Amino acid sequence: MSVDIDTVKRVARLARIAVDQEDAERMTGELNAILGFVEQLNEVDVSNVEPMTSVIPISMKMRADEVTDGGKAADVVANAPVSGDQFFLVPKVVE
Amino acid sequence: MTELTKFTISELRAKLAAKEFTALELTEAYLSAINAANGRLNAYIAVTADRAREMAKASDMRLMQGGARALEGVPLGIKDLFATEGVHTQAASHILDGFKPRYESTVTANLWADGAVMLGKLNMDEFAMGSSNETSHYGPVVNPWRAEGGNKDLVPGGSSGGSAAAVAAWLCAGATATDTGGSIRQPAAFTATVGIKPTYGRCSRWGIVAFASSLDQAGPIARDVRDAAILLKSMASVDPKDTTSVDQPVPDYEAAIGQSVRGLRIGIPKEYRVDGMPAQIEALWQKGIDWMRDAGAEIVDISLPHTKYALPAYYIVAPAEASSNLARYDGVRYGLRVPGRDITEMYEKTRAAGFGREVKRRVMIGTYVLSAGYYDAYYLRAQKVRTLIKRDFEQVFEAGIDAILTPATPSAAFGVADQDMAADPVKMYLNDIFTVTVNMAGLPGIAVPAGLDANGLPLGLQLIGRAFDEETLFRTAHVIEQAAGRFEPKKWW
Repeated sequence: MSVDIDTVKRVARLARIAVDQEDAERMTGELNAILGFVEQLNEVDVSNVEPMTSVIPISMKMRADEVTDGGKAADVVANAPVSGDQFFLVPKVVE
Repeated sequence: MTELTKFTISELRAKLAAKEFTALELTEAYLSAINAANGRLNAYIAVTADRAREMAKASDMRLMQGGARALEGVPLGIKDLFATEGVHTQAASHILDGFKPRYESTVTANLWADGAVMLGKLNMDEFAMGSSNETSHYGPVVNPWRAEGGNKDLVPGGSSGGSAAAVAAWLCAGATATDTGGSIRQPAAFTATVGIKPTYGRCSRWGIVAFASSLDQAGPIARDVRDAAILLKSMASVDPKDTTSVDQPVPDYEAAIGQSVRGLRIGIPKEYRVDGMPAQIEALWQKGIDWMRDAGAEIVDISLPHTKYALPAYYIVAPAEASSNLARYDGVRYGLRVPGRDITEMYEKTRAAGFGREVKRRVMIGTYVLSAGYYDAYYLRAQKVRTLIKRDFEQVFEAGIDAILTPATPSAAFGVADQDMAADPVKMYLNDIFTVTVNMAGLPGIAVPAGLDANGLPLGLQLIGRAFDEETLFRTAHVIEQAAGRFEPKKWW
């Protein structure tokens, strides 16, 4: 499979990365080189093979359902580019 | 005082205890070495001199009053991927500009609890995506090794290029690193240092900036095998904050060093004899086989039939996980924000300006292979291939193989701004051909220096072990180290 420039622009939109025409052209070539490389996986017979979900067989650890942390609003917003009253500030989303 | 920087961690442990010098003198020696070299090597992207002096003074108190801990006063460099409270933590990316976490990663917290001293944060490929340390927002790291008689700048490998270069150039006694496809072992091989990627789940991933969560593991880069064992013992732990951290006690890895390898069965996988492998790599591998045999190990030819599919499967799985992990960089919670007309444009402009080319490339691939209609063809198939890769290893270990010996890399270090690599991303990806299988199967792997090529550049061998059997890796790697000797760059910087 290979991608065309419109697909690249659509994927960039999904990935929330702004691309101009020149970026999109370059990326089309690069992505096709990588997709061409991974194509060889089609040679492998994967019928009756389970997909891997965990490299090491472990069961999910459980802990008591209780509050162990919190009250750190100031720490949470400390690195935000824009914040106010311990909220993250973003451009207006709802008209 | 510069000579102080030449000691290994095990030597420092003895000399600090014997009060031959203080932890503060040692830290000052490293800070001066960094000051003198970093302009040329670019290994550090933040130096925490004041913090280092404070920590060293606290260690001197302990050394004086008794109660010295395992790494008391040992100066370490920390890869920029590890969250360090109040200190530069950006995964060498522009998008995390100014980020100073309010928390400490479990691995670094373990090191400080054992008395280690933080010298600063080490350069790396952006978000650990790269094999040459050239994708860093802070510019490439230069390898302290140069070809015999040459003065061309070489890459130290990646993504832990700053870690490997700093250890090789005596700018820290040891360093933390991480490995998703070879990012500890390939730079170790390029700089004649020792690097181990432990079993998935051995070191907590809490507080390490995520790249591909099912593949990422932390490990040390060190001057010799014993130092790597000492560092891993401190870094590894069982951590309730990481559900994939495995509930098994951490053994005393150092105790494995010096144990005989007589009777161990060492597997030599025929699939690692790839087309076009340089004769020097082939010869080095044969030397390794001879050393193991001379030490009493039994050499067994084995087959890992799905080896060639590990790299293509990796280039689906890793970008897929990365595209999801990197979705959090949106200009809202931390780092860079580029304003836009509306919130979507703000996201798009922030990510376009904040991510470098390689990171964008991988996020795009990941987004594509996970998108509607392609999931089964790419991601699901790759995860099935991964099951087969892991099964290959399980079968040879079940048949009684104790460890597997392979080359660490397909070549020695190459030049900074190599034209071929820049033109074709796949060519760069092939650097990880011998290391990536280990991440796909979650196994431990160690790279140990084994010789120099015709140009006088270091080459390494890799040993792969059973899950949670790092001890056998330290034991076997030590045999190679004893036979090959240690290698140091000639100081030019």
